[in-house]
Amino acid sequence: MSLINKEIVHKRLIKRMTANRFAKFGFILATSFSLMVLGVLIYRILVEGLHYLSFEFITNFASRIPERAGIWAALLGTLWIMAVTAPVSFILGVGTAIYLEEYAKKNAFTKFIQINIANLAGVPSIVFGLLGLTIFVRLAGLGSSVLAGGLTMSLLILPVIVVASQEAIRTVPREIREASFGMGATKWQTIRRIVFPAALPGILTGTILALSRAVGETAPLLVLGALAYVAFVPENLFSQFTVLPIQLYNWTSRPQEEFHMLAASGIIILMVILLIMNSIAVFIRNKFHKRS
Amino acid sequence: MELTINRQVVEKYQTPSEQLKPVFTVNHLNLWYGQDHALKDLKFDIPEKQVTAIIGPSGCGKSTFIKTLNRMVEMVQGVRISGEIKYREKNIFDPKYRVEELRTLVGMVFQKPNPFPKSIYENIAYGPRIHGIKNKKVLDQVVEKSLRGAAIWDEVKDRLNENAYGLSGGQQQRLCIARCLAIEPDVILMDEPTSALDPVSTLKVEELIQELKKEYSIVIVTHNMQQAARISDCTAFFLNGEVIEYTNTSKLFSHPSDKRTEDYITGRFG
Repeated sequence: MSLINKEIVHKRLIKRMTANRFAKFGFILATSFSLMVLGVLIYRILVEGLHYLSFEFITNFASRIPERAGIWAALLGTLWIMAVTAPVSFILGVGTAIYLEEYAKKNAFTKFIQINIANLAGVPSIVFGLLGLTIFVRLAGLGSSVLAGGLTMSLLILPVIVVASQEAIRTVPREIREASFGMGATKWQTIRRIVFPAALPGILTGTILALSRAVGETAPLLVLGALAYVAFVPENLFSQFTVLPIQLYNWTSRPQEEFHMLAASGIIILMVILLIMNSIAVFIRNKFHKRS
Repeated sequence: MELTINRQVVEKYQTPSEQLKPVFTVNHLNLWYGQDHALKDLKFDIPEKQVTAIIGPSGCGKSTFIKTLNRMVEMVQGVRISGEIKYREKNIFDPKYRVEELRTLVGMVFQKPNPFPKSIYENIAYGPRIHGIKNKKVLDQVVEKSLRGAAIWDEVKDRLNENAYGLSGGQQQRLCIARCLAIEPDVILMDEPTSALDPVSTLKVEELIQELKKEYSIVIVTHNMQQAARISDCTAFFLNGEVIEYTNTSKLFSHPSDKRTEDYITGRFG
């Protein structure tokens, strides 16, 4: 006597096949919807933005006359902020990750720190802006400078870099650490020559993605008092500045249609920058993965 | 009654070849993982320039023991050790004894081939480099000598700058042996070095071990009793963290004096 009724199995089969097809259809729908939104977005921006997009648009300062307006100050401001943020957040973030993974004893306290770092990654960026305003602008007396802005951005993306670097360090196989220790290497030698190089692709990918996030952030810098209208490029770390997203925000909040089109042109530049950064991250990941 | 007989056997075969100078002297060694008593009052010598095999069923403490000889076992959290191991007359658990120094004298080859994700050349040069050798000429010589010593030079001499991950498993393991030779150790510990290899590669590694014993003292843990019989001079049989029998390999396999040894080598358990 068979425990499985073949007739019921057969009846269920049609039902299962239908569900199978439906599932596939559902996923295609979800994907096409996102792609459609993206397509509309890109189409609109290109239609509006291509009109003003030119070499002069990149090299001109902002202006009241749309034909003469450009993003030179904002573009350089963004690059200056990155020049501060990238090294500061990389050194602090990777240092923290190495300490937590390699040196810190695994106890309740480090677990507590761990959870808090993960939480910090989810704190709204405006909160970091307020923190930067209190500490860097007011307490340290840096004013609304490139340095204050860059340090605030570093704080913002630090948790992301720490978490990404920890993940990367954790994927380094235990076996090759043992091999290094087994030859009489010290902990520092093992970290510097084995663990760090092996984790570097993952660390760099995480860092670049975090920096891309910083490039697009507006809120913290607005809180710091970054200028909306700037007709000069930052000369040193203590210059005042503006960045691309603030310039775009400024243009979109004006009533004239021309400025909206300028904003679209700026968005194209910003997207190109982000695309380049993400491509670098992908390139690094692929390059190193092939070797191992 | 039976217990006393066994005890006598152990005492009798404390050192298989008394005329040989010991490189390690293990004395009342106990080791715990938390509450788990993994090594129980071990007491024996490991002779110089011989191949000493350690056999026994899984979980008998043989891997733990070999990792204790270069103190790699201390990387596990919650390990407690009592007793002493003397390496060339010096207690390796002495707080003044630097573990980095011990490990340059007592090299290790692991169960799974574990080359670094670097070029073949850099894998071998790693050891000398961490000990401060920067001269390119010296490094070149060390690399060639070590690769020749591990019988892999001819296979890799034209591809020294290629990534070691491109080698086969057997080649990787011989590369790891070469890497170990590059720091010019005195003792080489091998923790089941052929368990991840195919029979041909295994044979090559075994032949290599025969060559190496002319210059190095070798301690090898193996699951494979035939391997122990083929390549070792003395064999220790471990069971539940104790040494049941320790004597010349030929004697242990032909005339085991303990019933449990006999049961194990004839395949009745384990």
